[in-house]
Amino acid sequence: MEKISVKVCLGTTCFVMGGANLQELVDIIPRKYGDKVEVAGSPCLGMCSIQWNYSKAPYVKIDDDIIEEATVEKVLEAIDTKLGSK
Amino acid sequence: MNNAGQAIHIKKEILVRIIEAFFSDDFEEQARLIPYTMRPKGMEVPYRCCVYKERAIIKDRVIAGLGFSIEEDDETVSLSKYAKKALDREKISDKNLTVLQAACKGCKTNRIYVTDLCQGCVARPCLSSCRFGAISIENGRSVVDETKCKKCQMCVNACPYNAIVKITVPCEDACPVGAIKKDETGFASIDYDKCINCGRCIAGCPFGAVHERSQIVDILKAIKSNKKVIAMIAPSIAGQFPGNIYQLKAAIKKAGFDDVYEVAQGADITANTEAKEFLERTEGARKKASEWLNEWVNEGGYSEEKPKQEGEVHNFMTTSCCAGYNQLIKKHLPEIKPYVSDTKTPLYYTAEIVKKEFPDAITVFVSPCVAKRAESYDNEKVDFVMNFEELGALFVARKIQITECEEEQYVKESSKQARNFGFTGGVAESVKASLKDDSIVKPYVINGLNKESIRQLKKFATTGECCDGCNLVEVMCCEGGCIGGNATMNNQKTAKKLIDQLAANSEDIQKID
Repeated sequence: MEKISVKVCLGTTCFVMGGANLQELVDIIPRKYGDKVEVAGSPCLGMCSIQWNYSKAPYVKIDDDIIEEATVEKVLEAIDTKLGSK
Repeated sequence: MNNAGQAIHIKKEILVRIIEAFFSDDFEEQARLIPYTMRPKGMEVPYRCCVYKERAIIKDRVIAGLGFSIEEDDETVSLSKYAKKALDREKISDKNLTVLQAACKGCKTNRIYVTDLCQGCVARPCLSSCRFGAISIENGRSVVDETKCKKCQMCVNACPYNAIVKITVPCEDACPVGAIKKDETGFASIDYDKCINCGRCIAGCPFGAVHERSQIVDILKAIKSNKKVIAMIAPSIAGQFPGNIYQLKAAIKKAGFDDVYEVAQGADITANTEAKEFLERTEGARKKASEWLNEWVNEGGYSEEKPKQEGEVHNFMTTSCCAGYNQLIKKHLPEIKPYVSDTKTPLYYTAEIVKKEFPDAITVFVSPCVAKRAESYDNEKVDFVMNFEELGALFVARKIQITECEEEQYVKESSKQARNFGFTGGVAESVKASLKDDSIVKPYVINGLNKESIRQLKKFATTGECCDGCNLVEVMCCEGGCIGGNATMNNQKTAKKLIDQLAANSEDIQKID
């Protein structure tokens, strides 16, 4: 089975708009999912700079899906859904 | 930390939009448009009854962001007028907070309430527990008479079904000194005679109704002028942004500041001065104690009258760098003043250094909390205060990526201990580390001001003794220290981790001159 990849945007905009708290994911995800999910902080994903859409920051990328206004709960839920459908 | 989630997201977005508007061709018009840009026609209404109310509330938030009082707004003045007024003003108000009363209506007043879980039991422990006769039985169920209820919560604890609850108003609950109250009209208002500017109500309100009156326009104005503008960053900032503090310096300069100083530089002076003062005070106490002992022996024993010790002997000393605590002393706890260290705050020493170097510069303190604004009004060397959220909004608006900035050194490297000033225990630790013999220091830490800890401080002041034989009391207004300030963005655990990383690569305070 292929690993799910989670990228947490640590660009300044995402960080300021609430992404600071998402750093917890780097600890939580390996603990919860072991090696089924790969998580990493990422330099700016470029989401806000494309349309300058900072009001939807912070962003998290799960495989190719983008989560807007991401929270720890939202991300974990998305991972669960993904794992369930695989 | 500010946990009001979505409410804080909106506040930050508004700050970003104000800053964008400021740098646009037409500040006044762009400011007027903010509520419409954020809640355009046809948009799904996220929180309130309709898009018009959403806009009205956003307008109020923009008023606070432009630095004005929402309470004083009569709704007839447009945001473009406010923007102009903000540009024209020379002086900022000394009232730091403002309440968006239209947002605070949703919250019920503080009271004790019997829920549907009440079983109408035979024993009726609530009835017998109430000492004010406020509980009666109607239709077989308990009812609270609010005119008699003193909110002591005896009934809440007595009910075996947990059927009685205390409905709290979060801002009132958060305030350690009873300065914010919901009045009969249901609106919260702040009593500035009591307010210690700790910012708890800002973080506590789930509606995001309490705002700081931002000085951002004044700061941007200074940046746009030809004056030299210097940022002084609080030690706790190290845990608040991506990248390290050297990249942060470059990023702040990119945002328009001419130079950046670490307030940790002043913290080193605070620690050393406070350590010296601690020695003098304890030395004095020991000398005085032996004098008394001599007297006692010479006079042949115990005398009823205790020797006068006022202002001379202090068995403990408290720190003095927390602005919220200093306000508490001034407004609620004058009796502890003799025990408070006379040493100035890290900000004071840093501002002194900066103004000595550049007398004409405008100084901006970058702060984790609103309390430091109160300190800045008493110190003419600190011109403005900008909090972490506002700095963050400035980065967002100016599209600055901190991690892409080149590292830039500070004029002076600060010590490990100074960089640890921002969390509970750090200040006492630095005083200890500044002394050659640190065994004489027995620190006691007040981690967060609340009703309980204020009572404790009061007791220290009246008895002249700290507890457990401790002699150095570190007082932090916020739980966790400055990393728990109302304008912090990172959770404390991660913030502490980032500060630890920086401290691990810094010199010991004994090696800093």
